Order: sequence, then C-alpha cells, then structure tokens
Amino acid sequence: MTMNPLGYPLKREERVLFGLRALYQRHGYRQYKMGKFEEYDLYARNKDFLVSDGIITFTDTDGRLMALKPDVTLSIIKNTKDVEDQVQKVCYSENVYRISGSTRQFKELMQTGLECIGDVDLYSLCEVIALAAESLDLIDADNVLELSHMGVVSALVNTLDLDPDERAAALQCIGEKNIDGLKKLCPGKDVAGVEKLISAHGAPKAVIEALRPFCGQGLAKAALDELETVTRLLNRHNVQLDFSIVNDMNYYNGIVFQGYIHGIPTGVLSGGQYDRLMQRMGRESRAVGFAIYMDLLERLDKESRPYDVDVLLLYDASADVAALSQAVEVLTKDGSTVTAQRAIPDKLKYRKLVKFEGGKIID
Amino acid sequence: MINVALPKGRLGEKVYAMFAAAGYECPSILENNRKLIFENEAAGVRYFWVKPSDVAIYVERGAADIGVAGKDILLEYRPDVYELLDLNLGRCRMAVAAKKDFRDDTEKTLRVATKFTRIAREYYAGLGRDIDIIHLNGSIEIAPILGLSDVIVDIVETGKTLLENNLEPVETIVPISARLIANKASFKFNASTIEAIAEGLKGQIKYD
Repeated sequence: MTMNPLGYPLKREERVLFGLRALYQRHGYRQYKMGKFEEYDLYARNKDFLVSDGIITFTDTDGRLMALKPDVTLSIIKNTKDVEDQVQKVCYSENVYRISGSTRQFKELMQTGLECIGDVDLYSLCEVIALAAESLDLIDADNVLELSHMGVVSALVNTLDLDPDERAAALQCIGEKNIDGLKKLCPGKDVAGVEKLISAHGAPKAVIEALRPFCGQGLAKAALDELETVTRLLNRHNVQLDFSIVNDMNYYNGIVFQGYIHGIPTGVLSGGQYDRLMQRMGRESRAVGFAIYMDLLERLDKESRPYDVDVLLLYDASADVAALSQAVEVLTKDGSTVTAQRAIPDKLKYRKLVKFEGGKIID
Repeated sequence: MINVALPKGRLGEKVYAMFAAAGYECPSILENNRKLIFENEAAGVRYFWVKPSDVAIYVERGAADIGVAGKDILLEYRPDVYELLDLNLGRCRMAVAAKKDFRDDTEKTLRVATKFTRIAREYYAGLGRDIDIIHLNGSIEIAPILGLSDVIVDIVETGKTLLENNLEPVETIVPISARLIANKASFKFNASTIEAIAEGLKGQIKYD
C-alpha cells in the first residue's frame, strides 16, 4: 500500500483518484464541481442516453421537479458554449444515483471522468483516448482498452437492408457476439461482413486488414480509415479493437471505447464521441469523453487487512488523562494505528495489546 | 484456468459430454459424489455444477468465465454476457398455452400465469394487449385449470405435460436451446482460450 504524506495507508480507489486528477489536470482539464441536483426535465428529454431508467426525483421549494444526478455528461454539456476553434476540457469526480443490476434498487455510484467539448479535432480525439489508456494503466497494468467505430458498425449493418426492429436485433447480436443469432435473423442474406465484424477482434492492424474487403468505399471506408489513423497514432498504448461495443446510435457516433481491468468482471471505463447527443441538444459542437466507475475498483484488492488496528491500549478508570493522551501520541509516532479502550472490544482484531498502568506503557 | 459453469441435470450432462469430446475432459466429474467443483489442470478447465437458472449470474459476475444457459434464461434475465454459440441442445420453445376450449375474449384483460414474466410482458406488449401477469414459481399448468389465469406462458418440449392436463399450446413465442455464454471481461483476457473451446464445441454440435 502507498502511504500518503500524513503517514496512513491509502486504499487503491483513493490513490487512483488522486492519480487521475493529477493526470487530467496535467493535460489542462479543469476540475468541474457540480451541484447534486438538476432539473428533471433535462433527463426526461434525453432519457435513452442514460444507462439506467430510474431517476430519484423530488419537488424543490419553488415547485420545480428536481432530480438527483443520474449522469454527469448532460450537465456538463448544458454548461458549455460553442466557440469556433476552441475546445473546453473539463474533468470531474462526482456521485451519481442509478438503479443498479438485478436488485433494481437505487445506488450511489462514484464516477470520475473527463469531457472534451467544442471544435474537437484529431488531436483532441487522440488525447482523450490516450488519457483513457493512461487512466487504466494507473488503476492496474493488466488492462485492455477496446475501440470500436460506430460508423463501421452502422455501414456494415446497412448492407443487410433490415427494417428498424430487425436492425436493432442485429445490433444486439453484434453486442453479444452472437453469430448464430445473426444468421437466424437474416436468412438467405449475405452476412459475411457483419460476421467478420463480430469475429475479428484484437490487434488493430490485423482487424482493420480483415475488415478492409467489406468496407470498400463510402462511409464504411471513411470510418475504417479514421480508425486506422487513430490507432496508428495511439500505437504506444495498449489499444485493441472490438466491435461488440455497440452504444446507442442516437447519441454516439464515431469512435467509442471501453476499458477492462483483469479481475473486475465488468468494464470499468466507458466513453466515446457523442456528437449526435450534442445535435439533439441543439448544439453545433462536437464532443468526446469517458467515465470510470470508481466503485468497481474496490474489488481489485482481494486481501482483506489482517488487523483492524495495530495497537490496543488498555487503561483503567483511574488513568491520568493527560498521561494517557501522551502515551497514545508516543505509540502512533511510528505510523501505528492505536485505539485506547477500557475493555477489549468484541470482534476487534489487534496486532499488539499494550497496557497503560501507573501512568506508563507496559508491553 | 477457465472456469465453466454447467447447468445441473440432464442437459448439463449432455453439455459436459460435448466439452469432453472436444478435448476438455475431467473424468472425476462423472463419479457419483457430492463434490461440486472438478478440475483438469492439464486441459486448463475447472467445471462446477450450478442451478440452471443461476448459470448466467455466475458468468455475468465473473465467478465463471464461460457457461451454458438456456435461451429462456437469457431472454428473461438479460445478463450482460457474450452469447458465443447455439449448442442446439435442450431444444424446446417458449409458448402460450391454454385449456383446449379456450377462446380469447379480447374485451377483457388477459390473465397470464408464468415463471417468465419479462418474456410474457414483452410478448403481449408487442401485441398491444393488456394483461395481468401472475408470477408463479412452478406447476404453472394448474393455473388455468383452477381459473387462476386464462393462459400460461411456459417452456414446451413435447407438449405431453400440457396434454395430460387438458391444455394445448396456442402460440409459439420463441424457440429455445442451450447457448454457450462468456463473461465479457474474461473474454478480453482469455480470448484465444475461450475461442478455442467454442471452436471445439462447434465441432460437436449435432444438427438434424
């Protein structure tokens, strides 16, 4: 465990949080502190963008319907402006309130991330993806950052000529890597391109080569070219391709990505370009960003601490309080944790028991 | 080491036979004892038996890297997993069944008894039909007989149980079979091993 300057050990989440903040600020991302509430209307208008469908609402003193933030991105967009040739770079660490998993109950979740909003160019896009890769490195070296391109996915699915319901089902099959399901969905159709999209994953160069024959021209080629450029620029980072990342096409476009850490059963980082969401909110700017689900990181440290406290200092009712305070001070000098008690607490695990008798520490 | 969650029961035994034939044997698994976890270090696999409806939970939460679950479970619980292969085993269908003399009275709310509330709700929502869902955990067939519900939504294999209770299938909702599923994060870190297993199993699938 890393010690902080005060001398007590930091948990991994805390260490990562400080590291991420420093990393983002080094690249000019300004910390953005938000209020906990937002008008409900903002989420009602962009409901599908939210990961979970439930929102905690309440009525403010002036009668407005308010919500506990289920998401950070929408609030940040709302508070930025479109300025030509400029990008606004912000980072945040905020709690969000969502319905989680199968229990269908609200949970408070800690999210850290950044957003880059404005005239996003190739440099800004690569910077954000590189920061995502470096964020994963800060959490644990054993990680994977996977990129997908909604343009490639969309163009190849378009070749199947499906109605909207079938198209949604095809996208679901891509997300599940479900080739059998895709074939059943499109009997008699040539699904070779989409099948390759599902089966090809891993090192960017090989995957792009495998997809080239199916992305001959037009939008598909342009998207694949963009992906090639970006992955070439990011080659010093551990970046892979996998097109099973299928985010909602009403909001996301271009490159989307997801980060995994070995030992955590779900993705810990999620992000991408969301120009479509900007358009839907009446904005001209482009945008890219990502979020890290910090609460998942506590799963990484499997070993629990063997002791609750280093030293249990037992004293009796007659002990001199000033002398006792001094004794505690002495014992904590070497960085030990000390609890002073008159009796041994139930279930407390301590490394060493020390008695305080006659104004002195007796080992 | 790849952790494999197998569904306890007849289907699970058939699935294990496919794994074994594909080169991922673990002979101790067939011994009749109370052990739950079986390992073949050389082949790099560890099997464990769990309740069929729990397989998806073990895989989604990463306790198992891969597993075999019925499509019914995947449709009902929507776990966030990869569905790598249709094993074409345990084939049956999700169907609406009713008493033989049943006539759908569209003037009334349809009462539907089922274990699969999500599948039933989505099916009838697609039809725009107002229904009253009655969630039961077993012996679904008894519901229409006792007048608890108008129809049931359940898995139909041969239709024999329905027939014995004077019921018949009215509509097929979706065909069901066993699927090989994988945890998404595990797949990232063990892609080649998991794909090799999937490829091996693919060679064992029997089509008719």
